[in-house]
Amino acid sequence: MSNPLMDMVIGPLRDGLLSFGSIGMLVWIVLKILAIAMPVIVTVAFYVVWERKLIGWMHVRHGPMYIGKGILQAFADVFKLLFKEVVQPTVAHPFLFRLAPLIALVPAFAAWAVVPFDAQLVLSNANAGLLYLLAMTSMGVYGIILAGWASNSKYAFLGAMRAAAQVVSYEIAMGFALVGVLIAAGSLNLSEIVMAQSGDAGFLEWFWVPLLPLFVVYFISGVAETNRAPFDVVEGESEIVAGHMVEYSGSQFALFFLAEYANMILVSFLTALFFLGGWLSPIPASWIPDVPLLGTVLGDGWWWLLAKVFFFASCFIWFRASFPRYRYDQIMRLGWKVFIPITIAWICATALMAYFNVFTAGQ
Amino acid sequence: MTRIASYLKSLLLLELAGGLWLTFKYLFRPKYTLMYPAEKTPQSPRFRGVHALRRYPNGEERCIACKLCEAVCPALAITIDSEQRADDTRRTTRYEIDLFKCIYCGFCEESCPVDSIVETHVHEYHFDKRGQNIVTKPQLLAIGDRLEAEIAERRAADAPFR
Repeated sequence: MSNPLMDMVIGPLRDGLLSFGSIGMLVWIVLKILAIAMPVIVTVAFYVVWERKLIGWMHVRHGPMYIGKGILQAFADVFKLLFKEVVQPTVAHPFLFRLAPLIALVPAFAAWAVVPFDAQLVLSNANAGLLYLLAMTSMGVYGIILAGWASNSKYAFLGAMRAAAQVVSYEIAMGFALVGVLIAAGSLNLSEIVMAQSGDAGFLEWFWVPLLPLFVVYFISGVAETNRAPFDVVEGESEIVAGHMVEYSGSQFALFFLAEYANMILVSFLTALFFLGGWLSPIPASWIPDVPLLGTVLGDGWWWLLAKVFFFASCFIWFRASFPRYRYDQIMRLGWKVFIPITIAWICATALMAYFNVFTAGQ
Repeated sequence: MTRIASYLKSLLLLELAGGLWLTFKYLFRPKYTLMYPAEKTPQSPRFRGVHALRRYPNGEERCIACKLCEAVCPALAITIDSEQRADDTRRTTRYEIDLFKCIYCGFCEESCPVDSIVETHVHEYHFDKRGQNIVTKPQLLAIGDRLEAEIAERRAADAPFR
């Protein structure tokens, strides 16, 4: 699939920049980073608005209404946070205290490098993309632990301890769920994982059918991994105020906030890519009429990926509006005694399915 | 058998799905929120807002400094000093209400034998500076003068029930 934008604009731009030597290379890399990071930041802003609106509607109220009809509320919040003073406790570790938000933020954004948005549209089509993703999503918890420790505050430390135990527990279930995807797709490359889900039967070819338990476990683990409700004991505002973020203010708090929401959107993307066929259309290719516009819209494309991501991102909010917070030991029980056995059992089932060539459609 | 059933029920997340369905239905409910400055709730004629001192139609202030309101005030918010005026009537020289102490119970209004001190329907007011919470006699009289029509209307509406 030849992308006209790629040929007309981006290709010559890259060649022009690379002709300037190492400085041009640097500019090109920064441009590529910005091309991913800026949309993610803007999406986070609108995601926060959507969260507040949706959770408001589910609470039978309106949510933000006044700043740009509520749509620009997130920008008002961002500017408020940026202009606020950054307070640092005297007993905090000065260097680690400042480093922690960055450590939380960087992996949340770095993981986007291997996320494919369309058949050709990916920043780095790495062959070990899945492995890289696992590494990056695990890194974020170090920021939380460091923040809790460097704050030198009891609530923050309790939050950090909870985060460490919880994220490590759910990391295993999440990793095992992805092992199932790996067996089914036969590749660590995210684009190939999506293409392995293509076939004649539309949405029935996607991995959510053969890997249904792993799909559910992966998404719930993703919710737990990002420390969102109902697994938000890390922040637990009724118990430990805001956990690791309790001593942070202004722009440093904004960084944690950004990292959390970027991670939520990332998990939504990954669930859509791994289990719901990414940018593949749910309609079987043979059913799509050969009409110019309608045929394109119903066919494969990034808009399907965005629709699926929108659904999962809304699910995060929906869960928050619906469920009370799990108790800490319940979270641990769910992770270790329910999710990990389920995933291990289903990995075995997946291996048997792969052995008997169930997953041949996309290959 | 029931254990297996309950195990399957929790494994298949049936109760969680039920919870999600409930919140999904609430998503489309009409919202309870009142868009406050634009919309307001209906107000009873008995509403007890900021205080006012009333006058008789001839312009004479009603208050005779009997100090019943000062005595009945449970929050000790009212302070009254009185004197004998040149025409030998007893009048207040000072009539102050500390609106921070006031609990808007309406006892002053009930106790007043001449319907002088009343609580008006006004509930949207604010203080700019420290000390403005203590409203003085001229201020209370001014409020009464400004709102006399509304006060009389609301008292007339409530009169059949008293």
